[in-house]
Amino acid sequence: MLIDRPDSYNEEARDQQRFSVRVLLSILILLVLIAMLVVRMFTLQVGAHEHFITLSENNRLRIEPIPPTRGLIFDRNGVLLAENRPSFQLEITVEQTGDLDSLLERLSGMVALTPSEISRFRSLARQRRPFQPVPLKSGLDDETVARIAVARHELPGVEIEARPVRYYPHGEDFAHVVGYVGRINEQDLQRLDTRNYAGTSHTGKTGVERYYEDLLHGVTGHRQVEVNAQGRVIRELAVTPPVPGQDLFLGIDLELQLAARDALADLDGAVVAMDPSTGEVLALVSKPGFDPNPFVQGISRGDFAALQADPHNPLFNRALSGQYPPGSTLKPVVALAGLEEGVTTAERRMFATGYYQLPGHERRYRDWRRSGHGWVDMNRAIAVSSDVYFYDLGHKLGIDRMAPMFGAFGVGSRVGIDATGERSGILPSREWKRSAQNLPWFPGETLITAIGQGYMLTTPMQLADITSTLANRGQRVQPRLLRAIRQTSEADWVAQPVRYLEPVQASDAHWEAIHQALIAAVNERHGTAWGSVGSTSNGYVVAGKTGTSQVFSLGPDQEYKQSELDRRLWDHALFIGYAPADDPQIAVAVLVEHGGSGGRVAAPIARDVIKHHLLSKGLVAAVEEAS
Amino acid sequence: MISVTGRELTTGQWLLRSFRLDGMLMLLIAMLLGVGLLVLFSASGENVAALERQLLRIGVGFLGLLLFARVPVSVLKVWAPWLFLLGLGLLLGVMFAGDVGKGARRWLDLGLLRFQPSEIMKLAMPLTVAWYLSLRSGPPRFVDLIVVGVLIVVPVLLIMRQPDLGTALLVGASGILVLMLAGLSWGWIVGMVVALAAAIPVLWTQMYDYQRQRVLTLLNPESDPLGAGYHIIQSKIAIGSGGLYGKGWLNGTQSQLQFLPERSTDFVFAVYAEEFGFMGILFLLLLYFLIVGRGLWIAALAQDRFSRLVAGSISLTFAVYMVVNIGMVSGLLPVVGVPLPLVSYGGTSLVTLMVGFGILMAVQSQQRLVNR
Repeated sequence: MLIDRPDSYNEEARDQQRFSVRVLLSILILLVLIAMLVVRMFTLQVGAHEHFITLSENNRLRIEPIPPTRGLIFDRNGVLLAENRPSFQLEITVEQTGDLDSLLERLSGMVALTPSEISRFRSLARQRRPFQPVPLKSGLDDETVARIAVARHELPGVEIEARPVRYYPHGEDFAHVVGYVGRINEQDLQRLDTRNYAGTSHTGKTGVERYYEDLLHGVTGHRQVEVNAQGRVIRELAVTPPVPGQDLFLGIDLELQLAARDALADLDGAVVAMDPSTGEVLALVSKPGFDPNPFVQGISRGDFAALQADPHNPLFNRALSGQYPPGSTLKPVVALAGLEEGVTTAERRMFATGYYQLPGHERRYRDWRRSGHGWVDMNRAIAVSSDVYFYDLGHKLGIDRMAPMFGAFGVGSRVGIDATGERSGILPSREWKRSAQNLPWFPGETLITAIGQGYMLTTPMQLADITSTLANRGQRVQPRLLRAIRQTSEADWVAQPVRYLEPVQASDAHWEAIHQALIAAVNERHGTAWGSVGSTSNGYVVAGKTGTSQVFSLGPDQEYKQSELDRRLWDHALFIGYAPADDPQIAVAVLVEHGGSGGRVAAPIARDVIKHHLLSKGLVAAVEEAS
Repeated sequence: MISVTGRELTTGQWLLRSFRLDGMLMLLIAMLLGVGLLVLFSASGENVAALERQLLRIGVGFLGLLLFARVPVSVLKVWAPWLFLLGLGLLLGVMFAGDVGKGARRWLDLGLLRFQPSEIMKLAMPLTVAWYLSLRSGPPRFVDLIVVGVLIVVPVLLIMRQPDLGTALLVGASGILVLMLAGLSWGWIVGMVVALAAAIPVLWTQMYDYQRQRVLTLLNPESDPLGAGYHIIQSKIAIGSGGLYGKGWLNGTQSQLQFLPERSTDFVFAVYAEEFGFMGILFLLLLYFLIVGRGLWIAALAQDRFSRLVAGSISLTFAVYMVVNIGMVSGLLPVVGVPLPLVSYGGTSLVTLMVGFGILMAVQSQQRLVNR
């Protein structure tokens, strides 16, 4: 057959040969292509392996924060002042909702949704991770929860979650001490460690909540999870549990706090009570207060505006931020300066008329009592609160010898209380006036500084601190709200140490003279606090000093007539005191804004607070029963 | 031992003989299919049902292989033009009455059977071009080039418009490869490459937006990491993170956690690369090379021009499949939708490939008969 057709055979052979060449060529090309693929694979799998393994791990692994439980806050007797309560929160997993707009439409038929809640939800939803539920509304009541639960099948992606929410059971009465937490905002983020706050929604905004944020917050835990491409968690790989925040035990006594609140009644003012031996603040009241609970989840604009517009200014912390002229309450400090500087003695007497004039000056500096106080020594001058005696003493001392004594007691600097919002007041001096007003000091200003008027400003907190120093005869103790902390509910309380500060140096005799004068102011019939305090105190002796500080300056011949004045121009009523006088257990400062007379208005409040405290300690019970 | 024609044969050899199968090729195909099933089990998320469906397809494909292995090459040669015309007709039918699936009009519903006519073309094309060229002798001349050109371009354009770029590419390649193997002169080859390069701008205007997007994405996948570039980026991460030895079977995080799209179909290679690493890839490429090599061996030994050309084209088209798929999965080529042959999950392509191997075996057994 092949022999028959040589042409065909030759052609066939040639074709086969040609074909074989082409096949060999193809194999060569294929080998080149395969080599290219091998090189490519080698580049990806060996050369860039580290790069791609990182990318694949980044794909697969996610670190999810586990927020710690916030520490609790107790009063000194273990009564809860701030706790974490489960609150029903409506959350939406956007990935599961389908049409979000129509879902929100349906929900608004079941839950009252404000436009601000919806806009907050939308902004949170933009920042979420895949499959992370976004809160829409919190604090749902049982009825709403039930209504949503029934309709759940037509609400895809909607969940009701019980989340711990900060709650202040004694809301209004502790708002100015404990403060409150609120949602973390832009400003907070700049201050907080964002890594530790990765899962935390709230942070302390004011008060103890803010001051002890680090202790209360705890350490965020983490769980490393494996997620799929949709962001759904497949399994948990590792967990670092969170460290819960520490519980705080304040020195505040709830009962005393409420007693102080009740004593202030509906007056605007502040009461600060301290234990002079430890510096623990026993009560810190600023009235009016406000309910901090709405602030936790975000107070509505209208409610906040109403609080701000309230003429009694409930958001203002009078005890820490309020700066008032101390008035006569600081006359004992001036007296001590006079004694220490040798300018006067306790026994020196002067005849106090109704006014004082600087030598060679026309201006009359009036006493609060037009008729004057007659012959007074230092004891009586403090007891009756003679302005003229202190004009004279102030003039003799001069501002340069008076200011350091005020400074030694802490006027003009924050006491360093462990809460937010404290202000420093003003310690007037030549230097202060030059830097603040660029003006020289005038001799007349020395006189009014000696009676606690003029430029000098103190906070009620500072006054309580000064009272404590007077009670301790110069030993200053760091005032503080925190009494003890504990790591967990099983752990023991760790008491905070008492911190002693640089004492005010004065001789024992001088301290005794001041001490006796303060006793006289309360317990002698001529004392300014006799009527309201001394006459009603049984079984213990209160030492104290009244004060009435002017809100505006009277002209030289003007007379202060309360009945003719607008309430906002009334004098501030003040009282500082400690008891029992020979073994001080409590030091109190009371300020009543526009209260009028310190003796009539502020002193009784201090009396009630002192009495409550000493009664609760059993110090006066026996005497009360006996009488 | 069974004695046939005086030679000692084992039972296996006897079985292969009686079914006219090539033992070496069968072994290689079986190994590749085995690897494929292993990867599919992992890629489908250990889905036994998917594995069963794929096994069913392999069964159907094997039946097709057995059937075509028994069809004499001379019969195929007679059928070739008619098969081509049938395929062309069905492609036109698809164009006017096809079913839409995944946004493309590729499917023809024949009541009982739903299939892609373009799959017929994958076989009809090399058969027909080979048939035409075997009517002529010597290297293809200009006239042949024109005729074959028309034979290739018409169905390819029809398939491209479905649109199915991947299949169009494979069908076109199978035709062109016949031309090359038939000894097309180098001048023409160079001319065609130049013409192709010149045609790229024209092709560009003819492409759909998504096809253009794929080309652009290839050039810079990071420009659109969540959109068109996502496939390539995730696929490269899967391959690269596999490293030298891979993360282990069923342990590929990219695939198991569904970061890798199309992981059991077009991107199954990335799953394999992630779990078996560079070493696994070397093994897989070797397997492919051996299959292609065996196919070309059969082609080189074939007795007539038609058999040679058909067998050569089928083998090399198989190689094109593999190179294009791995190239696109590893980011060297645009994503054109070419499956990894014999491994990717999916029916029609697998059956067509098996039938193709059946034809190869028919060629081989015929050569054996002639040589005897």
